[in-house]
Amino acid sequence: MRPTPALAVALAAMMLVSMTIGAASVDLVHAFGDPRTMLVLLESRLPRTLAVALTGAALAVAGVLIQALVRNRFVGPDTAGTAEGAALGLLAITILWPASPLWLRMVAASVSAMATTALFIAIIRRLPVREVMLVPIAGLVLSGVLGSVVTFIGWQTDLMQYIGTWLFSGEFSGVISGRYELLWIAGGAAVLAWFAADRFAIIGLGDQVATGLGLGTRAVLRLGLAVVAVVTAMVVTTVGMIPFVGLVVPNIVARIMGDNLRRTLPVVALSGAVLVMACDLAGRLVIHPYEVPAGLILGGVGSVLFLWLLYRRPRHG
Amino acid sequence: MDKRGLSILLALAACLLLCAGLWMFQGLGGGNRGFILSLRASKLAALVVVAFAIGVSTVLFQTVAANRVLTPSIMGFDALYVLLQTLLVASLGTAGFASLPPGPKFMAEIALMTAMASLLFGVLLLKGSRDLPRMILTGVILGVLFRALSSFVGRILDPNAYAVVQSVSFASFNKVQPGLLPFAAAITALACLAAWRLAPRLDVLALGRDPAVSLGLRHRGTVLQVLALIAVLVSVSTALVGPVSFFGLIVAGLAHGLMRSTRHAALLPAAALSGAILLVGGQWLFERVLDQGATLSVVVEFAGGLFFLYLLLRGHIR
Amino acid sequence: MIRIDGVSHRIGKAPILHDITTHLPEGRLTALIGPNGAGKSTLLRLIGRLEPLQQGRVSVAGRDIAATPTEDLARVMAILGQQTSIASRLRLSELVGFGRWPHHRGRPTAHDHARVAEALEAFALTPMADRFLDEVSGGQAQRAHIAMAFAQDTDWLLLDEPLNNLDMAHARALMGRLRDLVDRQGRSVGLVVHEINYAAAWADHVIAMKDGRIVAEGSANEVLTEDVLSDLYDAPIAVASHQGRPLVLHHV
Ligand SMILES: Nc1ncnc2c1ncn2[C@@H]1O[C@H](COP(=O)(O)OP(=O)(O)OP(=O)(O)O)[C@@H](O)[C@H]1O
Ligand SMILES: [Mg+2]
Repeated sequence: MRPTPALAVALAAMMLVSMTIGAASVDLVHAFGDPRTMLVLLESRLPRTLAVALTGAALAVAGVLIQALVRNRFVGPDTAGTAEGAALGLLAITILWPASPLWLRMVAASVSAMATTALFIAIIRRLPVREVMLVPIAGLVLSGVLGSVVTFIGWQTDLMQYIGTWLFSGEFSGVISGRYELLWIAGGAAVLAWFAADRFAIIGLGDQVATGLGLGTRAVLRLGLAVVAVVTAMVVTTVGMIPFVGLVVPNIVARIMGDNLRRTLPVVALSGAVLVMACDLAGRLVIHPYEVPAGLILGGVGSVLFLWLLYRRPRHG
Repeated sequence: MDKRGLSILLALAACLLLCAGLWMFQGLGGGNRGFILSLRASKLAALVVVAFAIGVSTVLFQTVAANRVLTPSIMGFDALYVLLQTLLVASLGTAGFASLPPGPKFMAEIALMTAMASLLFGVLLLKGSRDLPRMILTGVILGVLFRALSSFVGRILDPNAYAVVQSVSFASFNKVQPGLLPFAAAITALACLAAWRLAPRLDVLALGRDPAVSLGLRHRGTVLQVLALIAVLVSVSTALVGPVSFFGLIVAGLAHGLMRSTRHAALLPAAALSGAILLVGGQWLFERVLDQGATLSVVVEFAGGLFFLYLLLRGHIR
Repeated sequence: MIRIDGVSHRIGKAPILHDITTHLPEGRLTALIGPNGAGKSTLLRLIGRLEPLQQGRVSVAGRDIAATPTEDLARVMAILGQQTSIASRLRLSELVGFGRWPHHRGRPTAHDHARVAEALEAFALTPMADRFLDEVSGGQAQRAHIAMAFAQDTDWLLLDEPLNNLDMAHARALMGRLRDLVDRQGRSVGLVVHEINYAAAWADHVIAMKDGRIVAEGSANEVLTEDVLSDLYDAPIAVASHQGRPLVLHHV
């Protein structure tokens, strides 16, 4: 069975379900005749469903990129200091210029996320031992350190409630039309990555190979960083961090389909969307009519998947 | 112990006394002295208990894991404690949980935690030691999983349970429940004593599994004993102040740096004392001088995290 | 005597040792030889209870290793594994000092200190006794590990490739010292060697292993023949004689 159509069908089905679940029950068949139902659909359900799909897809693609950039399968945008970097940038601009326009905040978040991710890459390039598992550990600790800076500043400036929505398990319950559109930028960045897919695949093979093939590694590195940072910054500011998507989805896809990014990126994006969608649906159904944040569900599901990846036997040997 | 080691320990003890004196008597004012003193004394006791628990448990953990950059909470010990507590709240209900007497409840939690941690981390350490980095990553991810499960259970139960979970999920040196203190102090004292008595065997354990076995150490049994002690100490410190990931790292690093020895008879007291100095002195500085009582835990975590990255970059992880 | 009775071992699903029955004679120097991956280290680790026995029995000087408390075994045999990595950062004197631990369990006496000094001296380590393990050369560190096993002062000494990293002179000195232990003090030694001529020159008893099985055992003259060796290493090997002992011409 080819993965792309199957995933697309699964995603479409879940999106339909997502449209119907919620406090007010919606009958899709008769919705077009009923302006009130239509309003619920267009103002709340559709935006939420789109937000979930966009987030999942974009984060999964960002995961592929950062894994190619650091050449390590056990990192993701949530374990490389990126999310905390975005929060730090937001915090800085909020404090320095409280009335700043939205676009400026997004730029600040993205730039700052890019800086911290670059810091992460600089750190792991200096790790003395070439030890695969040290890279994620360094990333987790760096995230922790940056997170404590964010928390500290948040405390000092009474901005803790914002920080809570950025860094703690992300959720989609607040998404309505007009408050999720930034995620389209994240989606756009992910599409951009697809156009440069071959370059990232080559970068993933190593600096020497890349240089041998005549590829300027710095430019690709910068492009990759930019995509990862923009995606993460948009997600963090709109719905809060969703853990593990960028970590496990690329691993699973690479295990089944290999590392030819031009072929795999669409599958990665679809799988990410499916995974987050499933977790969001689960979060909405498990204690209906209340909700459990999708980020929380992913924390559980994702860590189990991750442990499985860690302990599965390699296919050969 | 050699002269140098002994004199450093004495100096540390004197320094701790000094900090304690400052903490107790500085800026007493004229008002209700007895009340203020008893308040200060109970907080001092809490800080010292926590510092001893964290310092000793970290040194012990670094010894069983044969690694100088780990702490029990990096490996998810305290997350496990929080999860167990959440499950307790979940099965007893918030009201039932609150109505239990704190002492016996605490003991039961510790017993449960010891059993679970010995099982889980025993398997991890005894089976996984061939591939150290993978073992560490497993612990870290287990921690994430435990935290997610705690929040999840808290969420689906009821908001009150969630509040209980939240309150034990963040570190703060300012929220010690006085009711727990006597139990915590007694248990910590016993556990530290047990660790001290294990010291010669810990020296051998620190060599690594193969050399320890060939020297006739009962490796498995010793590892499990040490894990049980760690579980007890982590339970105490988490119950009192919440999860503190990196503080132990600083303390153990200090102990190694000061004593320049691998003898546990020297390392354990050094870690406990320097931890207590840092906490009592730090709390005095932040609360009385800088007027920022709540931020010590954040600062400690920050410094500890940086220290971890530094150790990593220096190639100390092995 | 060390008796090995029907020992089989597997790692995961892969069989490593197949039903091995043999012995290491008492008061002799026994050499284990064989190609890489033959299972020599695994066998030695099983004897030294570094690896739990899965099947079969091993007894050392009449004591079943599965039934004897490990602290008692540590006073009967000392084992040095092939990977000699020590987790903590130790001075050479401290490392060698740990060799006495089975005897004093944490409270060293003057006698223990004397034995440590003796072991350091025996392996020419006294001048660097206060240096850390990571501040000496590979061969010096290897000698320190051997000195630690030596200080353990046991009837049986099991060494896995002790000649690793040693220069010619120290390698010969070590073999001479082991010979001396056997001849004058009545100890017994088992060791894995790759340089077959050390086995030829110094060993009383040779056990040849391949693919987890024993292919030949006996005196050096019986085992180190052209037929056995060519078969063992899958390469034609000529054997000459030197002072009544075999001399293997594997390098030409
Ligand atoms: N941890 C392990 N996991 C899987 N296989 C192993 C492991 N250790 C050893 N083996 C396998 O067991 C077999 C025997 O290994 P052993 O170390 O006993 O060989 P050896 O004879 O000592 O070799 P060498 O001369 O290279 O030291 C080898 O085929 C090896 O690949
Ligand atoms: Mg070997």
